[in-house]
Amino acid sequence: MSPQPLDSVKGFAVTFRQLFKKPITQQYPEYKRPVYPRFRGRHRLHLHDNGLEKCVGCSLCAAACPADCIRVVAEENTPENRVSPGERYARIYEINMSRCIFCGYCELACPFDAITLGNEYEISEYSRDDLIYTKDMLLAEPIKKIPVADRDLYDTPIPYYKEHS
Amino acid sequence: MREPWWISLIKAGVIVNLIMLAFAYTTWLERKLLGRLQNRYGPNRAGPYGLLQPFADLVKLVRKESFFPVAARHPLYIAAPIISMFTALAAFAVIPFGAGWQIWRYHVDGEIANVSIALILIFALGSIGVYGAIIGGWASQSKFSLLGSMRTCAQLVSYEVSLALSVLGVVLMGQSLNLVDIVNKQGATIWFFIPQLAGLMVFFFAMIAETSRPPFDLPEADTELVAGYHTEYGGMRWGLFQTAEYINLITLSALAVTLFFAGWHGPYAPLGPLWFLLKVFVFISVFIWIRASVPRLRYDQLMRFGWKILLPVATINAVITALLVVWVS
Repeated sequence: MSPQPLDSVKGFAVTFRQLFKKPITQQYPEYKRPVYPRFRGRHRLHLHDNGLEKCVGCSLCAAACPADCIRVVAEENTPENRVSPGERYARIYEINMSRCIFCGYCELACPFDAITLGNEYEISEYSRDDLIYTKDMLLAEPIKKIPVADRDLYDTPIPYYKEHS
Repeated sequence: MREPWWISLIKAGVIVNLIMLAFAYTTWLERKLLGRLQNRYGPNRAGPYGLLQPFADLVKLVRKESFFPVAARHPLYIAAPIISMFTALAAFAVIPFGAGWQIWRYHVDGEIANVSIALILIFALGSIGVYGAIIGGWASQSKFSLLGSMRTCAQLVSYEVSLALSVLGVVLMGQSLNLVDIVNKQGATIWFFIPQLAGLMVFFFAMIAETSRPPFDLPEADTELVAGYHTEYGGMRWGLFQTAEYINLITLSALAVTLFFAGWHGPYAPLGPLWFLLKVFVFISVFIWIRASVPRLRYDQLMRFGWKILLPVATINAVITALLVVWVS
């Protein structure tokens, strides 16, 4: 097609029209965009209802981890010190978040659903040492809350975006 | 009545600082307006509406480590941004922004220096400013900088020809090279953009190329060529090149307003400098609008446009204007 001089003038009209529209930028730290319900973020370790840890220190998660970022040191439960319902519990459970690729294999490997990946994604720190999460940190409620999109809208067999496009 | 020398000195100090301030807020306006034209917000974190952004940038640039390449030719490497900056600032000295005022018993002119060949002075300073780019690229001792500076000066020199020729018509109609006389003539007769529309168009395009702004920003071409002559510069030395570029933009916008839109004259109210500021603001906004709307030219397109379209149009315009001026008088 030969150059159309008028088309470049049309381009100016297009850019000028944008002046009167509201910018589509999402102002991030103030507005946190809701993540999908199955978003894989920061890990959580879970407790049973009676307060015992679900983790039994089997190290299957560490074996499944492709980034090799989980370290589990197990110890026998004793009647005086019962931490988990099984035979053993995880004395040390560390995840090196600077190596984690958030693939979720640990979650799949876990026979007791003790570890899951949460929705939190704001996990930057000022030093690498701070990125090694200990068992206490993983057991605790995350400090920063992330809004999660409506589960009914997205967590359907057919993804919402496929149904409506 | 001539104004005493110390008034000129005070005025020069004030104007230089005002120009620097205008530069700072031109960058702010550019980023803000460009953002809105592209459905973004632009800077909005430093101060209300991001108004402190220019100062944050300044602090950042000044505090940056002032490294230079080991192989760089030291005095010239330092001198290059200073040359660019100096010529950019000096050129504004002859732009008239007001009719002149009577303050107490002194007469204050509406420009820093009333030079009889002001127009030639501006173009001369612009030509010296090219040396900043040439020397900067060469003294960096990097082949990419050298190529960039060659690209830059080829463009600037080509478009300077059209730029100078395009104002010949105005000079012929104003019968003067003095910018004050030209403005007064426009105030008395007609704004020169009407009879000199072709001249204005050529001036406008050549001006975009001279200030190396998109779509003629081959000297920088941030996205594909990663800057040209100032690749090896960082911190405030780079900042000086950037400042010079923006001040050139302001100066040439002011020159366009002076030559074609009657400077401080305006309809309805004799607002003086306010009219002048308003017109310059409109010019700069249009430049930003152009930046948001058109892609960069290829290098051969740039050269073809400069030599095969702008130059003939400017020449024919000058010849016809000359004939008409002779015929009318």
